[in-house]
Amino acid sequence: METIKIQGTEDTPKIILDAENEIMEISGRSLPEDVSAFYEPVLNWLNEYAENPNKKTIFNFKLTYFNTASSKLLLDILMKLEEMHENNNDVLIRWHYPEDDEDMEEAGEEYADIVDVPFEQVSYSP
Amino acid sequence: MDSNKDIKGFLEFVYEFYKTMKAHEITLVYEGEITHQITKAFTSLTESNMAKDDEAGSVQRKVFHVMVECLQNISKHAEDFTSDDYLFSGRGIFLVSKGENEYSVTTGNAIENDRIEELTEMLETINRMDKDELKQLYKKQMKEGRLSEKGGAGLGFIDIKRKTGKELEYHFLPISDDTSFFLLTSTISREEL
Repeated sequence: METIKIQGTEDTPKIILDAENEIMEISGRSLPEDVSAFYEPVLNWLNEYAENPNKKTIFNFKLTYFNTASSKLLLDILMKLEEMHENNNDVLIRWHYPEDDEDMEEAGEEYADIVDVPFEQVSYSP
Repeated sequence: MDSNKDIKGFLEFVYEFYKTMKAHEITLVYEGEITHQITKAFTSLTESNMAKDDEAGSVQRKVFHVMVECLQNISKHAEDFTSDDYLFSGRGIFLVSKGENEYSVTTGNAIENDRIEELTEMLETINRMDKDELKQLYKKQMKEGRLSEKGGAGLGFIDIKRKTGKELEYHFLPISDDTSFFLLTSTISREEL
């Protein structure tokens, strides 16, 4: 299946969706001008991937900032992964946050509360 | 301005304006159309100023959050007007001030009077809520709220109160029988929490 690689900019995150090499990652900053349009390819890719996923799916979020409009779209992505988990697929979310950023850590905790999918919090030194 | 006297008067006004800005510790002021480009420019300018001043990381992040949400509120909602009037076309005023103990971010934009009640109710509800209630409301809105046509998720005000821990100060000033100017100020403590 097609690989998605989007370079990060000052207002959009870096995105890698590579099923073959088992890399799925959204990292950086997210405050796109049009959030729905920006994340549409990601959701479409996940829909296609969900039809025939790898044995194990590890999806990494390593965001340093996201605005409220992005938070809704991130939830849509997580819900898609939850759906895969409900369909008996092995899915793990890794939520990376800078060790000194409590808000980003808390954001991860909140998502973990909302979606029913294995969720791992990983702190890193920025 | 076709006479020297007018020019002198104008330049004096500029100086008064400059002094007023200094007195209110205003570091950034803008009036005009608020676009995504403007949002990016102002946030990165403020960010580099804060970095230069060695502002704590958590304070920098909070100011960034509040600025983005405030600017996007205006760019998404101010354009609800279809009028040609300069007040009603995605325009607004945006101010950042830096005091000894806190930053404040202020926005002002024209709104139709029939939105006052809804806005007041929303802001009062958010102001009354404690940390945990805000968290629950944010989660609920994220799950149930639909992205409006312009991409707003109705989450901005909640996020500002959560990030700053301070009440949102607001004021409506009448422009005409149908419209008012909506002012909103958020303050961010410079003390590291």
